[in-house]
Amino acid sequence: MKAKFDIITSTCVPLPLENVDTDQIIPARFLKATTREEKFFGDNLFRDWRYDSDNKPKAGFVFNQPAFSAAPSEGVHQILVAGKNFGSGSSREHAAWAIAGYGFRVVISSFFADIHKNNELNNFVLPVVVSEGFLAELFESIKNDPQMKVKVDVPNQTVTNLATGKSEKFEINGYKKYCLMNALDDIDYLLQQKSKIEAYENK
Amino acid sequence: MNTLFDKIWDSHVVSLIEDGPTQLYIDRLYCHEVTSPQAFDGLRARGIKCLRPEKIFCMPDHNTPTHDQDKPIEDPVSRKQVDTLAKNAAEFGLNHFGMNTIKNGIIHVVGPERGLSLPGMTIVCGDSHTSTHGAMGAVAFGIGTSEVEMVMASQCILQSKPKSMRIRVEGQLGKGVTAKDIALYLMMKLTTSGATGYFVEYAGSAVKSLSMEGRLTLCNLSIEMGARGGFIAPDETTFEYIKGREYAPKGDDWDKAVEYWKTLKSGDDAVFDKELVFDAADIQPMITYGTNPGMGMPVTGSIPADAAKKSLDYMGLQAGEKLLGRKIDYVFLGACTNGRIEDFRAFASIVKGKKKADNVTAWLVPGSWMVLDQIKKEGLDTVLAEAGFEIRQPGCSACLAMNDDKIPAGKYAVSTSNRNFEGRQGPGSRTFLASPLTAAAAAVTGVVTDPRTLI
Repeated sequence: MKAKFDIITSTCVPLPLENVDTDQIIPARFLKATTREEKFFGDNLFRDWRYDSDNKPKAGFVFNQPAFSAAPSEGVHQILVAGKNFGSGSSREHAAWAIAGYGFRVVISSFFADIHKNNELNNFVLPVVVSEGFLAELFESIKNDPQMKVKVDVPNQTVTNLATGKSEKFEINGYKKYCLMNALDDIDYLLQQKSKIEAYENK
Repeated sequence: MNTLFDKIWDSHVVSLIEDGPTQLYIDRLYCHEVTSPQAFDGLRARGIKCLRPEKIFCMPDHNTPTHDQDKPIEDPVSRKQVDTLAKNAAEFGLNHFGMNTIKNGIIHVVGPERGLSLPGMTIVCGDSHTSTHGAMGAVAFGIGTSEVEMVMASQCILQSKPKSMRIRVEGQLGKGVTAKDIALYLMMKLTTSGATGYFVEYAGSAVKSLSMEGRLTLCNLSIEMGARGGFIAPDETTFEYIKGREYAPKGDDWDKAVEYWKTLKSGDDAVFDKELVFDAADIQPMITYGTNPGMGMPVTGSIPADAAKKSLDYMGLQAGEKLLGRKIDYVFLGACTNGRIEDFRAFASIVKGKKKADNVTAWLVPGSWMVLDQIKKEGLDTVLAEAGFEIRQPGCSACLAMNDDKIPAGKYAVSTSNRNFEGRQGPGSRTFLASPLTAAAAAVTGVVTDPRTLI
């Protein structure tokens, strides 16, 4: 889960759909697990778009297309590029576990739903918000060359389409950036704040 | 500035992290069985306990069957999840309202009805519909499981402060127009991302005129516009609802509480990041035709020409088509959206003296045992039974089909729940979201019907 972030350069998997809700990312019937097994959730990422009711891969879905079917590994398919309003709906963190479990480290979109964005960050998946124009061009670049790569530079907060050379700055607050670069989570931080919590309660 | 949201939020700030989020104190954490087990595992892995166990209330609702709750759950995976919550609550010393006990029900129905959700509180739960509790005049929002663990460990959460939005609905609601229709109308206008990044205060005469049940329905659906939460400033309607409830303040504490609650309103000089005003007279009974809650229209309307084709293909519908008169297969009354007593009263008011249509399978699922009890006290069970409807046992049920209540593939359901996403009510299911009145009208006619014709 916890992973240090620095610079990630990888090919992408495109999902040019808008309003992808977390029920599609991981359907409710997979939420019955009582443990956080990444592989289980990763295997069922986009389950009903990926497989038909007989568990046969649906040829039309991007994960099943030859150019994008290789599982993510260093430099390969570590970045999911999705249409705007990604992760809307249910707060289920299982959606972020599925994305992380599949092997994505970065999700690029022009707009994320609030709760899902936090869930990704809490699972060391980096949501990168880009402009509509940058996103449209990125989908075009991937269409032209599925092997094209994107560079996500966390220290400098830049995302670069290496096919066009175009770059954009992305937002992340200083605290969260420090956490991601050092593989620390919020609970590690909060556990050190007990005196402040007690002071608040005694006010 | 000087909004009610600012007042509640600012009074719960424990610390501000430089160039980072706020450390916010949480008054109430609710846990259900689906989004909590990994949080408890996390505490065990860190070797820590819950910091303030008395502020945490747990109850299973998503997996609970809606019949024979006195018997073990048939699905072993569901059973394990429900049992795991009971075990975890016992191990960590938390309040637990177990399945098939009088206090159990859908967490967002039970919290307000037990007096656990109160004005001025910060309330969280690993569930996006936590926004429901905002109807009590609280700042309530859904969180992920890592954040549940965070609150268990520290009674605090790290969050960036959302922007504020006020939505005023002014005027008088028309015949057959309910809180659900207001919400579906707002989603149609704002889309499912129109309020993302905001906390919404609902105001205006139409909102103030709503009962607590109606306000809970409206706030419940805030997340479907993308908002983190939505709330309504507490007033006499709120105080009247809370008074005497099990966990509500009593005696002197009650008087002190009300005195404080009366201060909970946005200042006359309040500045919102965004403000929208709608005319109640423009709102009609609504229905959705697509695969997100923003894809709605008046029940008498036609599907817009520019509706997303992928959605319409899934729904088996065409642009330009009307839904009125379309045959349906299922009706679902229930969920944290419309599983309260007023929703059952509304449904019963339409079906009274009529008969359920033969082509319709109807699932009527109260939001809690307390609601079911009230249904019986009011004799609504008899009215419903005479019309051919059976009332099931409480739980989330067909809203997200984690139990056995699944709409079969390709079938159409008029549902009072909150989401019409692909497969939400069962793989391949097709959902028309609507109010309890519209659901009842469809249940007795067998087709999509304007409820105003039956009132």
